[in-house]
Amino acid sequence: MTLDVILFAIIASATGLSALSVVFSRNVVRSAVWLLFTLVGVSLLYFLLGAEFVGATQLIVYVGGTMVLVVFGVMLTAQQQFLRIRIRPEEWAMGGVLAACLFALLVTISLRIGEGKAAPPTEPMPGAGQLGVGFLTTYLLPFEIISVHLLVVLIGAAYLARAKRRPKEAGND
Amino acid sequence: MTDLGLTPYLCLGAFLFACGLLCIAAKRNAVGVLMGVELVLNAANVNFVACARYVPKFALEGQVFALLVIVLAAGEAAVALAIILNFYNNHATVDVDRADELKG
Repeated sequence: MTLDVILFAIIASATGLSALSVVFSRNVVRSAVWLLFTLVGVSLLYFLLGAEFVGATQLIVYVGGTMVLVVFGVMLTAQQQFLRIRIRPEEWAMGGVLAACLFALLVTISLRIGEGKAAPPTEPMPGAGQLGVGFLTTYLLPFEIISVHLLVVLIGAAYLARAKRRPKEAGND
Repeated sequence: MTDLGLTPYLCLGAFLFACGLLCIAAKRNAVGVLMGVELVLNAANVNFVACARYVPKFALEGQVFALLVIVLAAGEAAVALAIILNFYNNHATVDVDRADELKG
């Protein structure tokens, strides 16, 4: 048992338990908090793998940005009757069977892929510098596409979420 | 140095994916469904970064695609949240089972 294995066991079990709690929390506010722990756990895994830049980006963008968005969504729509929507047992059963089947399939494939990849290569992972050079040379097209995509998404989100008056209320005025 | 292989990471990714799928399938609150999508994208990202570590030829590509997925996830969350708020404004509910106007 090396330090890596022990750290992986702790972080992975914490992340997995948080992910399970996201699914099984009745209250959507608690789900959001468990999702926060899951995302932090995943970023710790990135640090464990030696991908510091991706881990830092995960912390900044996901935990700092996306989670704030989700929490705002919860707060803006949090009325008492929506905080705990009852889910029928047959829906749980169907979703559970589907998820269990896919999990079994993916684990089988993972075992086959992971064969013979026991030890990581000794050289360190490419850091922020190599990633930046890669983004501006080999991966310039995806980089440009994703930046334009981000702009389009922001305009679209602002357009969709703007305050509109409902037709009924407009009729009453 | 270590006996931790690629397989545990892939299995954790599979577990996160299954959790996200269950979340998408079972939750009725639209924000809960959004959380399931985030879990699925994170599962894909764990696989990308783990492969970047363990497959030498994939060292740069794995991280590049993980970063692209993170940006896409942020954009997806923004648009999905805007749609949810719009739905909430129009229908005064976030129950996805009530979004059945297009049903024939």
